[in-house]
Amino acid sequence: MTTVEFRKDLFADERDDTLHEIGKPTIRQDILGHVTGRTPYFDDHLFDGLLHMRAVRSPHHHARIRNIDTSRAAVMPGVRRVVTARDVPVNLNTLLSLINFGRDDEPLCAHDKVRFLGETVAWIIADTERQARDAVAQVRVDYDPLPHVLDVEEALKPGAPLVNEVYPNNTFDYHGKYDHQKLRFGDVNAAFARADHIVEAEYQMSPIEQAPIETCGAIAAPEQNGRYVCHTNTQALFFSLGTTAKLLDMASSRLHFIGGTSGGGFGGKVDSIVEPTAVLGAVLTGRPVRFTWDRYEEMQVGAPRGGERWRIKDGVMADGSIIAREFTGFFDSGAYMRLSPYAIIKAAGHLPGPYSIPNIAANVFCVVTNRTPATAMRGFGITAADFAIECHMDRVSEVTGVDPIALRLKNAYRDGDMKAHRRVAKNTALIECCQVAAGKAGWPLSADLAAMTSLGGGQGDRALIPETATDEEGRIGERRAGRAPDTAPSKRPTGRVAAGQAGQAVVAVPVQNEDMQIEVDRIGHAIAASHGAPVASPAPTYARQAIAPQRTGADIVPPRPAAPPQAAPVAASRAAPPAYAPPSQQAAPSAYAPPPAAPTPPASPQAAPPAEKPYQPDRPFSRGVRKPGTSPFLSGTRRR
Amino acid sequence: MAIHRGRGFACINYPIGMNLGGDPAQALVHSTPDGKFMVALSAIDLGQGMKSVTRQIAAETLGVPVEDVYVDTADSDTGPHDMGSFASRGTHRVGNAVIRASAEARKQMMEAAADELEVNAADLTTDGRGNIHVKGAPSRSITVADTATAAQFKQGRTLSGRGIFLIPPSDADPDTGEMTPVTCFAHAALVIDVIVDDETGEVEVTEINSAYEVGRALNPRLVEQQLIGGAWMGVSHALYETTEPYYPDRSHGPEDFNTYLMPGPGQIVPHHIAVLERPAEDAPFGGKGPGEMCANPVLPAIANAIYNAVGVRCDRLPITPEKVLRGLQANGGARPQGGNNGATQGGSMPQGQR
Repeated sequence: MTTVEFRKDLFADERDDTLHEIGKPTIRQDILGHVTGRTPYFDDHLFDGLLHMRAVRSPHHHARIRNIDTSRAAVMPGVRRVVTARDVPVNLNTLLSLINFGRDDEPLCAHDKVRFLGETVAWIIADTERQARDAVAQVRVDYDPLPHVLDVEEALKPGAPLVNEVYPNNTFDYHGKYDHQKLRFGDVNAAFARADHIVEAEYQMSPIEQAPIETCGAIAAPEQNGRYVCHTNTQALFFSLGTTAKLLDMASSRLHFIGGTSGGGFGGKVDSIVEPTAVLGAVLTGRPVRFTWDRYEEMQVGAPRGGERWRIKDGVMADGSIIAREFTGFFDSGAYMRLSPYAIIKAAGHLPGPYSIPNIAANVFCVVTNRTPATAMRGFGITAADFAIECHMDRVSEVTGVDPIALRLKNAYRDGDMKAHRRVAKNTALIECCQVAAGKAGWPLSADLAAMTSLGGGQGDRALIPETATDEEGRIGERRAGRAPDTAPSKRPTGRVAAGQAGQAVVAVPVQNEDMQIEVDRIGHAIAASHGAPVASPAPTYARQAIAPQRTGADIVPPRPAAPPQAAPVAASRAAPPAYAPPSQQAAPSAYAPPPAAPTPPASPQAAPPAEKPYQPDRPFSRGVRKPGTSPFLSGTRRR
Repeated sequence: MAIHRGRGFACINYPIGMNLGGDPAQALVHSTPDGKFMVALSAIDLGQGMKSVTRQIAAETLGVPVEDVYVDTADSDTGPHDMGSFASRGTHRVGNAVIRASAEARKQMMEAAADELEVNAADLTTDGRGNIHVKGAPSRSITVADTATAAQFKQGRTLSGRGIFLIPPSDADPDTGEMTPVTCFAHAALVIDVIVDDETGEVEVTEINSAYEVGRALNPRLVEQQLIGGAWMGVSHALYETTEPYYPDRSHGPEDFNTYLMPGPGQIVPHHIAVLERPAEDAPFGGKGPGEMCANPVLPAIANAIYNAVGVRCDRLPITPEKVLRGLQANGGARPQGGNNGATQGGSMPQGQR
């Protein structure tokens, strides 16, 4: 049995509860179609002469392709076309190239070597799915198996097999400088030295399948005027469209993507592999083509939530105050990057969890292995970190003898506290959630804890950025050369960043004309409520009329008096760039360290895509030797 | 051999939207000649309720009944650009774009009505039931339908709006990790009760008591749906799911739903939920998007509850019976931890008496 209560009594003064439609349990616009089986999904679009496309897949984790012999497959009954890497106009991409992040590292179809079990090496297009599967089994690929690596920390060792030549150190290169993303706030080593207890542990999450009922799929068909229509269940329509345009070297205006209703996604339908594949098939045959994964492909070839390993080291005082927390994290990206490097930055910004801890350090690695590439899933970048953090909080509770909820409340972040990524916390509600959950479960809290509030943070040091110890360990290439043995944050800092240093928060772009601005009295919440942190831009989106685009100093950082002379100019230079020039994700100069000698230039895509941002694809199915049966989800009596 | 009760706790926050920005969303709104409004998007409804939430946001902003709004998504020929449904960005980014588009359409609508009523548009308001009237004088009114007809056929005016919402892209510092990550955070805390069988290693989650802070429950039923489903997924992640049971070894991977373990509908855990609403200043009507965050706290809370029940630390997911049994073996048997946590006392009982 489930019960739900809405605690309207909490934060009532920050909310307008008299709205007409917001907050009402309105029935979903699409639910009747869903529950009566009338909602059309991508696979309900029947076309005359629909062809079916299946992929030939690698049986090896890592192997050089010596030869592909498709002669027998090509003459199998019903086969219309054999497709290989040569047929893909621009056979190299990375999903986030459309936001200028990362280097192109992934072919739609492998040609020189395969880098994971199940990677696509060719496709068959045939009149029926059965015929396509039969012909797939007749493609002969001559492989030269190579040593492979499946463990993230093995992959970091100097002698580890090189998985992807685009990333020669088996790691993503962050900012053209380090082989990991750093987070540094305060001085953890100094704090560890004075802590009453040190608590260390390692946590591991294995890959998890998104497991939607509807597998990834697309149906593409020629339209008039040289255009192609693509019915898809993508989670990101323009990501898939842009990725298709890039891989097929086709103007985006020639692509007409239709979707919007998906039979579950959970992150597994952003990789944009089925869409370019199906459109490629339609281009090559001039016929409608359906390319859809079966359940085996969805489970074992399609990108899962990747494996993650986290090590946490806490310095704790006897009363339960956590004074230092250090993370070493490893994301298993698999053979290609897709979204993982971005998720790692998200994870770094999330640390140390919802707690106010004065000294934080983290090294987070995005590691390439010979595994099915990882991708997004509900909670991407956060789920495993939260598992580690919250299990670790209970370890700290056991060591200090402080009740688990009391420990969290004692360390909880509040409005006005400075976070490790150097922005002020606001709109926090962790304490109230803890109190309410404890109350519902009958978990006793002392009167002091029950009286706590998220509104009263930011006192004293909690609002300040401490002097920070930095280091330059783990520069790109050092690890593979055997010169960076440690993965954990440095024990021997080589630099200091003065207290109080921070740039300015980036806020939403204001409306482009005043008519788009909803009236302040209709936005449903109290602006610039009396509580809370330094709210210099209480409602940048709504409250400001159309002003010139600018960065708003939402999070003013009170500098500590001890700031050395160079602090001001550095801070000023950081604030200087115009707010809307998209900064290069690849080669950001640091304000805190000498500029890197030669930042790696961002890889330029062969064909610059149009303005739309496509996203990354996922992978198609395996060669079918392990699961030859047809999934009931893929074909049916409806399909001709 | 016995069955042991345990209780665990976890709390989290969750970032809403693509971490470093750079993820725009657009919306277009226009009225039909009889005063119904169409919202054109490229957002994706994965089952989370994107169409319905944006419909309510459009209706609220326009000041018209929700029945008079329809959301059309996603066709790249008619729907304007949107990055997609991921990173908890749908409600926040698309919702804000819909507010802006609807605000502009409302402005046109109020001016058209003002012309018909021969008053100043600033003196007009909507009643949310399909009428526009002079503030303080409800009898001086015109319906939205008549307004749209007059605008279309008499005034030559469109009732339409455009909206875009963008947090500009920013970067992370290589040396300190300084960044402006997302602009708002959702929160959650929960207490989980489990029973652990020390003979089989099986774990059963018996009850969840939770609190989720979601900014604003734009549609309370959709929030409820997400929270129940998310808790189910959290239980499933904690105890059952993986594509690589012996990671990093790739063997024994499941290939279909017969071998990929997940709890069935009958195993949905009794769950007592409290929803807290602290509106975020840049979120649509304060709503943060509960979908992604709600599974996260379940995983560690279950691990913590198992430790409380039998004294086995389960640091590797999923927590299979094999892992629990190996932990029990290493410890020489169950070591219930107890504690003043409000759990039903008498934590252990013989098998068959639960």
